[in-house]
Amino acid sequence: MSELLLDIKGERLSFFTSVGEVKALNDVSLQLREGEVLGIVGESGSGKSVTAYSIMGLTSYPGRLIGGSIWFNGHQIESMSEQELRKMRGNEVSIIFQDPMTSLNPVFSIGNQIMEVILLHTNKSKQEAYDRAKNLLELVGINEPEKRLHQYPHELSGGMRQRVMIAIALACEPKLLIADEPTTALDMTIQAQILELIMELRRKLGMSIIMITHDLGIVANMCEKIAVMYAGKIVEYGTVDELFYQPAHEYTKGLLLSIPKLNATVHEPLIPIEGTPVDMLNPPAGCPFAPRCASCMKICLKEMPPCTYLSETHYTACWLRQSEAWQLSLAEGGDAK
Amino acid sequence: MSDKKLVEVQNLKQYFHVGGIGKQKKLVKAVDDVSFYINKGEILGLVGESGCGKTTTGRTLLRLYEPSSGKIFYDGKDITKANMLPYRRKMQIVFQDPYASLDPRMTVGDIVGEAIDIHKLAASKNERTEKILTMLERVGLNSEHANRYPHEFSGGQRQRIGIARALAVDPEFIVCDEPISALDVSIQAQIINMFERLQQEMGLTYLFIAHDLSVVKYISNRIGVMYLGKLVELAESDELTFHSVHPYTRSLISAIPIADPIMARAHKRIVLEGDVPSPLNPPSGCRFRTRCPYATTQCAEQEPEFKEVSAGHYAACHNLDKVR
Amino acid sequence: MDNNLPSFHLKVDPADFQPATQEEKESLIVMRESVNFWHDGMRRLRKNNIAMVSLVVIVLVSIFAFLGPQIYPYSYEQQNRGSENLAPFEYSQDEIALQNSGEKVFPHLMGTDSLARDTMVRLMMGSRISLLVGIIASAIILLIGSFYGAISGYFGGTVDNVMMRLVDIIYSVPDILIIILLSVTLKYPLNALAESVIGFGWIKVIGVPLISIFIVFALLYWVGMARIVRSQILMLKEQEYVTAARALGASSARIIKKHLLTNCIGTLIVTTTLQIPAAIFTESFLSFIGLGVSAPMPSLGSMASQAIGGITTYPYRLLAPAIMISIIILSFNLLGDGLRDAFDPKLKN
Repeated sequence: MSELLLDIKGERLSFFTSVGEVKALNDVSLQLREGEVLGIVGESGSGKSVTAYSIMGLTSYPGRLIGGSIWFNGHQIESMSEQELRKMRGNEVSIIFQDPMTSLNPVFSIGNQIMEVILLHTNKSKQEAYDRAKNLLELVGINEPEKRLHQYPHELSGGMRQRVMIAIALACEPKLLIADEPTTALDMTIQAQILELIMELRRKLGMSIIMITHDLGIVANMCEKIAVMYAGKIVEYGTVDELFYQPAHEYTKGLLLSIPKLNATVHEPLIPIEGTPVDMLNPPAGCPFAPRCASCMKICLKEMPPCTYLSETHYTACWLRQSEAWQLSLAEGGDAK
Repeated sequence: MSDKKLVEVQNLKQYFHVGGIGKQKKLVKAVDDVSFYINKGEILGLVGESGCGKTTTGRTLLRLYEPSSGKIFYDGKDITKANMLPYRRKMQIVFQDPYASLDPRMTVGDIVGEAIDIHKLAASKNERTEKILTMLERVGLNSEHANRYPHEFSGGQRQRIGIARALAVDPEFIVCDEPISALDVSIQAQIINMFERLQQEMGLTYLFIAHDLSVVKYISNRIGVMYLGKLVELAESDELTFHSVHPYTRSLISAIPIADPIMARAHKRIVLEGDVPSPLNPPSGCRFRTRCPYATTQCAEQEPEFKEVSAGHYAACHNLDKVR
Repeated sequence: MDNNLPSFHLKVDPADFQPATQEEKESLIVMRESVNFWHDGMRRLRKNNIAMVSLVVIVLVSIFAFLGPQIYPYSYEQQNRGSENLAPFEYSQDEIALQNSGEKVFPHLMGTDSLARDTMVRLMMGSRISLLVGIIASAIILLIGSFYGAISGYFGGTVDNVMMRLVDIIYSVPDILIIILLSVTLKYPLNALAESVIGFGWIKVIGVPLISIFIVFALLYWVGMARIVRSQILMLKEQEYVTAARALGASSARIIKKHLLTNCIGTLIVTTTLQIPAAIFTESFLSFIGLGVSAPMPSLGSMASQAIGGITTYPYRLLAPAIMISIIILSFNLLGDGLRDAFDPKLKN
C-alpha cells in the first residue's frame, strides 16, 4: 500500500457570520494515499468544497477550525503560519476551481500567470520559467503554445481556460491536485475532454487527485474511492464499486435512484428524495438527513449516528445500518449493550 | 398525444445585431433556419451545448424576441406578427434561474397572481386568492408560503413558484427553458416528476430545453439536437439515444459520463477535438465540420440538408453512411 | 475496525429504533422569520449611529422651524420700534421701561436686526423656508426625473437616444443665468396673476423669485435624477423576472410601475435624500445674492448676506444662519449616506 498523503481526523469547521454560526464541517475524517483518486460527492451546502479549502488553509475569517486535525504531506495544517501555508500552496498541493472565467486574472497574460507560480516556488530564471510554461501548455493539450502565452484570458474559450488552470496547478508538480467542480461550467463535450486530460496527466505524473463534484457520473468514471457528504458530514465512504453497487446510506441510495439513466431501455420512474436541503444555520440535532429519510427512526432525529463499517474500505453513518450490524453480532454471539 | 400539430415553426431565423453597420455588420446567427413541429400533448426535447440556439429558439417561439424571419404557427394560426396578448394565456414559459426569474420585491402570492390580474381571470378578491392557493398546492407549496418573499425559499421551491406562475393562466403549451439545471441533484428528480405529473393532469404540451441529454431523454417523446443555430438531428427519444446517426449527436451521447462504474470502464468515449466555433463566425457549409471526424471537402462547400433518413428520424449530414 | 460493537456505553432505548412519524420529521423543519426588504434596511439603518443622530437633528430642526414660530411671541416681520440692533438677551430702553412697569417682556434670544426684527424667529422662518424648498424641489425632481428616466431606459433605442440628447442639452445650460432671467421676466406676469385671480395671493407672500426657483428646478434640475433612474432601469430590464412578466402578457406601463420602479426604490430614496441638501444650498445661495425670497420673508441665505456688513460688531447675526444651514445640509447628507448603506442592494449580500 502506498504512503499516506492526507489524514483528516474529526475536522470541525464553522463560519461565524452576522446571522449565526454555520457548521460547515461537522466531524469529517478521511485519508488519502499517494496516487489515489478520491471523489467527494455532495450538493450545495454539503461542505465538500470547504473540506478541500481547509486542506490548503484557505478557510479564513469568518471561518474557523474549531476541532480536529489535518495532516498533509508531513505538515500539520492547523498549526501552520500563513507564510508556511503559502510555501505549500501551488507547490505541494494545487487547486483548480469551477469557473475558469473568474479564476484567471483578466489583466495579466496567460504566460505571466503560469510563470508566476513557477517563479514563486522554484529558483528558476525567467527564461527557464518561460520554457517550462510552454511545456506545460503542450502538456495540457493547447496547440500553438508560444502564441497562447502572450494572449489574455478573455481571448480563450472556456475549455482552454480550464486547461490553463490545470497547467498553472501542475506547474510545480504537486503531490495533490484538488479539482473543485472543474467541469460544471463547461459544455458536455468539453467536459469529456477535460476529464480525459486530468486522467491522462495523472497517469503521466502520478499525483493524487481529490475530485469534488455533484455529478455521480464523473466519479463513476474517474475515482477509486468516493466520500458522499451531506450537511457537513461524510455519510458514506467506500470504493467506487461498493458505493454504486452496495450503497449503504439512504442518501446515496436516493441519489442513485433519482438520476435519469441514459441507457435505460424502460421508462423507470424517478424516485426523488423528498424534502429540501438542510438549513445550515439550524441543522437538526441528530442525523442531518433524517427529515428526508424514508427509513427515519426516532433516534435518528435525536442523536448523531456513529460510523458503521461494512467492509474494510466501506463505512457509513447511519443508525439503521448500525442497528443491523448490532443485530448481526448479537446473532453471532457478541455482546452489544 | 394526438396527431394535431399544436406548435410549428418554419424556417425560423433569429439574428442578433452585435455591432458594426452596413457592410461591417456583425451578426450572431443564434437560430439559423430551424423547422419543427410539436403535436398536442407531446413533449419535444431540445438539446445542445452553449451557443447552439436552443434557448433563443424557445424564446423566439413565444415572441419574447421578434424573429428575424420565418413563421410561427399556433394551433394552425400564423402568430408570427399577431397580437400576442390572447396567446400569452395559452403559451407560457418556465425559466432556468429560479433566483433571477422571480421579482424580489413581490410576495409569492402576488407573483402567482400577476397573471390572474393581467388577464382578469378573477372576478373578486376572494376568487383571486383561491386561484392562487390552488396553484400553490398544485406545485407542492401551501398557503403559508403566499405571503413570503422569494429570497426566503430554496432553489427547488423557487422553481416551483415559477411553475405555479406559468400555470396560473391555465396554459396549453409551456416552454421549459432548462428548468432544472440550476437545482441540486436531489431536488431535480422532484421537479422532473412534477413536470410529468402536471403534463398528465392538465394535458399540457412541452418544449423541454436542456443540455443534459439523460434528463431530456427521460421526459421527452421526441428529441431535437442543435449545434450552432442549426437542427442537426431529430428523432424519437429511444431512437435518438440508441440509433443516432449524426456524428455530433453520437459524440454528445458518448461524452455523458455514465453513473455506473462497470459500464464506464467498458465505455469507449468519442472525444471531439477543438472547441465550439464562435457563433459570430460559423464555419462554411456544415457547421460541425471543424470538429467532425468524418468531414470531407463537400462538408466545407455545401450545407447538408435536414432530411428524413428513416420514419420520423431526420438528420443533416453528407456522410451518414460512413458514420460508425 | 471492530466498531460495530459500541466501545462506550450508549443508553440505547429500543423504542428509539421505531420509525419516526411524519410530524416528528416535520417539526424539525422551521422556516425562518419572514424578512421584508424594508425591515432589513431599517434594521441596518438603526445600527448606523451617525445616520440616526442626523435623523434626530433633522426632526429637531423641523420642530424648531415649524412649531417654533407658533409659540414664539414675536413674528418674523414684526418691527419692534426702539429695539434695533440688540444683542442676545439685551433689552432696549423701551423694553426696560415696560419691565419696570410690571409687564413681562420676552427676551430676544438672539437679539434683533437693524430693522428691530427678532433674529431668533427669523431664523426659525428661514429654516422653514429652507426645509420647504428642499423637500418640495426634491419632490418635483423625483417625479419628473424618475418618470422621464424610466421611459427613456425602458424603451431604449431611438426614444432613449433622443431623450438623452435632450438631457445633455439641458445639462449644459447655465442655471444661475436662467434663474436670473426667469425671475426678471416672470415678475410682472406672476404679480398680475396674484392680483387678478383669487387664491394666488400667496405668490406675493412667497415672492416671485422663489417661485422662479421652483420653476427652474422643475425645468432644469431633474436631469441628474433622470440619468440615475435610466441607468438603473437599463440594468433592471435585463433581469429575468421582467422577461417573465412580458411572457405573462404584462403591458409596458405595468412592468415599469410594478417591476422596474419598485426595484429602484432604494436608489430613488437615497438620491432624493441627497438632492435635498443640494436644493437647500442652491436656495440659500440665491437668497444670498439677492435672488431668493423677497423681504420681509427671511431666508437663511438673505439673513447671512444682510449680516455681512456688521460682521465685526454683530458676529452672531452671521453665525446663526450660517451654522443653521450647515447643520441642515450636513444632517441630510449623512442621513442620505446612511440610507444608501442600508438599502444598497450591492452591499446587501
